[in-house]
Amino acid sequence: MNAPLSPLDRPNSYIGRSVPRPNAKRLLAGRGRYVTDIVLPRMLHAAFVRSPYAHARIVSIDLDAARKMPGVRLIATGEDLARLCTPWVGTLDHFKGMKSPPQLPLPVDKVVWSGQAVVAIVADTRALAEDAAEAIMIEFDELPAVVDIDAAREPGSPVISPELGDNICFRTTLDTGGVDEIFASAAHVVEGEFHFGRHTAVTMEPRAIIADYDASESRLTVHHATQTPYQFQDLYARHYGIPEASVRVIAPDIGGSFGMKLHVYHEDMAVVGLSMMLGRPVKYVADRMESFVSDIHARDHRVRARMAADADGTILAMDVEDVTGIGAFSAYPRTSVVEGNQVFRLMGAPYGFQTYRADLQVVFQNKVQMSQYRAVGHPIACTVTERLVDMVAAKASCDVFDVRARNLIPDDAYPCASPTGYRFEALSHHACLARLRTMMDYDRLRAEQAELRTRGIHRGIGIAAFVEITNPGPAFYGVGGARISAQDGAFLKIMPSGDVHCAISVTELGQGTETIISQIVAEHLGVDRARVKVTTGDTENTPSGGATWACRGAGIGGETALQTAKKLKENVLSVAGAILQEQPNRLDIRNGWIIDAATAQQRIELAEIARIAYFRSDTLPPGTQAQLSIAHHYAPQGYPFAFTNGMQASHIELDVETGFVRILKHWVVEDCGRVINPMLVDEQIRGGVVQGLGAAFFEECLYGDGGQLINGSLADYLVPMAVEMPDIAIAHVETLTMDTQLGAKGVGEAGTAAASAAALNAVNDAMAPFGGVLAQVPMTPVRILKALGRI
Amino acid sequence: MTAPVNIQMTVNGEAVSCAVAPRETLADFLRQGLELTGTHTGCEMGVCGACLVVLDGQVVHSCLTFAVQADGSVIETIEGLNDRSVIADIQEAFHARNALQCGFCTSGVLMTAHSLLSQPGVPSREQIRDALSGNYCRCTGYEAIVDAIESVARDRAAAPAARQIEEAGA
Repeated sequence: MNAPLSPLDRPNSYIGRSVPRPNAKRLLAGRGRYVTDIVLPRMLHAAFVRSPYAHARIVSIDLDAARKMPGVRLIATGEDLARLCTPWVGTLDHFKGMKSPPQLPLPVDKVVWSGQAVVAIVADTRALAEDAAEAIMIEFDELPAVVDIDAAREPGSPVISPELGDNICFRTTLDTGGVDEIFASAAHVVEGEFHFGRHTAVTMEPRAIIADYDASESRLTVHHATQTPYQFQDLYARHYGIPEASVRVIAPDIGGSFGMKLHVYHEDMAVVGLSMMLGRPVKYVADRMESFVSDIHARDHRVRARMAADADGTILAMDVEDVTGIGAFSAYPRTSVVEGNQVFRLMGAPYGFQTYRADLQVVFQNKVQMSQYRAVGHPIACTVTERLVDMVAAKASCDVFDVRARNLIPDDAYPCASPTGYRFEALSHHACLARLRTMMDYDRLRAEQAELRTRGIHRGIGIAAFVEITNPGPAFYGVGGARISAQDGAFLKIMPSGDVHCAISVTELGQGTETIISQIVAEHLGVDRARVKVTTGDTENTPSGGATWACRGAGIGGETALQTAKKLKENVLSVAGAILQEQPNRLDIRNGWIIDAATAQQRIELAEIARIAYFRSDTLPPGTQAQLSIAHHYAPQGYPFAFTNGMQASHIELDVETGFVRILKHWVVEDCGRVINPMLVDEQIRGGVVQGLGAAFFEECLYGDGGQLINGSLADYLVPMAVEMPDIAIAHVETLTMDTQLGAKGVGEAGTAAASAAALNAVNDAMAPFGGVLAQVPMTPVRILKALGRI
Repeated sequence: MTAPVNIQMTVNGEAVSCAVAPRETLADFLRQGLELTGTHTGCEMGVCGACLVVLDGQVVHSCLTFAVQADGSVIETIEGLNDRSVIADIQEAFHARNALQCGFCTSGVLMTAHSLLSQPGVPSREQIRDALSGNYCRCTGYEAIVDAIESVARDRAAAPAARQIEEAGA
């Protein structure tokens, strides 16, 4: 007996299908072309002298010896570059009262973090540039370093930027009212102080850039390992006074990004100026040690939070204070406030309570900049909320699944809004919760846990609900004055052979953008996917758009591709109708053939339409102008964000003698709406979970009292490796967004959003018989042993 | 001490004769001197595994080896393994399973996989994860890599004869 036909059985049905990435073959053959691989004629290499101090005045710089070193072509200081590059300020208008000092490529009078680039050297090779860097003498007058987030806010603290008055970048509050009354009368109040260390992206390919300024044409070409080429085209044009049309940014294969490669870095801006000064290509690749002290760091929060619940465990209110340290200034152009803003607005987001109060303080300190990294703010909000929910469950003698079932927003309650102002179109918490329970065989795990405890084996089970922000509209950055686009565009053409080329503004970082765009175009145009070539990452031959960040590639880029394909199909059918003397609306395209829409009978091949249009337009009916190339843009409207949701669970085994944790298994149930390519979605989730587990157990940028990073190498900073990571089981619920025809939401950050929350709950669950409590990540063995009272 | 030193080696089956600075790493020499950019440098201190190459039959960190130390040796990089088609089944499994994302770690991971899969038998998932303990991947979360290697191991174990014939033919 035949199974009923599914949508995937239709010809050219690619949406929903796990197809491998065509462009991955190049990478597997060793033929990737990263910025680090690119060599341009007459290219020179930059190196930087960095500050050894976290805070110091620059007294003098002696370049004489270095200038005489072999192969040195240019040495530039902050003053040299300030003559070319206008300063930038990392603020956005919609964060009222936010402040940040102006920044330049290199400092002119003082340094504000240890590792800050001070002098640039350009030489024939990187090694020669580094040799010369050794010969540069800089005299510093060390200033007291502002390191601790509390000390930074005390009256009398040294102020990093005296012109700003204090070390507060931004402060804001939210208050629905009624919080004190609820906490005064609630049956249960739970609270905690949570610490989230700094960690960093540690992309496999470090930051890399080649700037090539051609003075004869006043033209700048930048090969840049970035996820946002259009943003950098705009920035280089404006800050260096070059017409935008004369600036080309090319992002070829990118060796990992995760949000880290969309911020302005001082060295990168400097390299553009260095190329302008020399009229030659200049390359800079951060080495790993430089990456640790100059890439953005992430997180860095101290959250004090409490939750009120009634006797049966119904959550009534949350009260939150978040203090976050961002370095000496706010990152540009997206600011370092978005992280904290998302922390305090995502608190409690999966739950139905409506009484909420929060205080957010964003604090300057003498450390490298902290800013957006995968799952901006999400892990903090999720971990605090989910730990408090578990504490409520314990107080109310509820199971962790039951307390969530009681409090999660009902699946039929949408649309609705959070007390923090987020509007939810449709989420599926309860469906995900039920699915998770079945998938992980929760009841069996609990029984096994109890049995193993009698034998001295201590396992922990932790679950976490999450909400993720995806598909952001202009409300995210545009309204604040940032020239960061929330729309995307595509050029789509039928080539003379009938092959299809799509050039689109969302970018490929290995997550599979080009593959899913080809799936969508092929399905909606009606051609074999192998005939659709997608190109990305070059401002010169793609439309301007937002590119890839905040989980917008599938939802916004995908919808752009869908609409563009439909529009081109209309054009094709119009020409076909003219050739066939048929009404276009009676025709369709399937498998590269124009068919009769009613009977599916093949009428004429798409390649033949293309041949006629390109080479024998004389045979077309008079007045017919075939439009086989189109440009189309799509900007999200409707909901300001497409929120997604899901549940995660962590199963761990704790060695209470050593504090070591073995991660046994991790589960994720995720709802990103339409799943375009299940395999790629699952691999995004797995990678995201492992980044979250890295933060949960290993990764932390450790600073000494003087503001020195003390573990800034891959030998000292721990990243998750294969042997420590578990297998990760994944399931999906699909709640489509009705804001688009495609119905897809984002998924790139979901794994990271809740992995550390589930892990923290699991470790606390394992420690529960010992009365140990931990509210800090990473959960190192030492911290666990302290929580257990063993040391 | 800093004068260039003449070295000779066989790289991907081709004789190479070059003068290199004594301080130049094998990784930099392969990437810059020979334009074999499939070998990557991710940490330059022997931790991340992106620079792994085969040197005289052993998988080594080319970032921890000076080019002059490789004088007289036989080296194979990802380009060589690819062109000889000896890892075609591994590459195909990685492709089908999406066992890579950005691809920057992939050459090194393939070196480890090639080395592991050259041993007899089918390694357990734990053994595969252990073998990968010197390969840092930020994108995948490793599971797809483990899956891909496991599937190749099973396929090779199931059809060793066919593989030997294939290799002899190649």
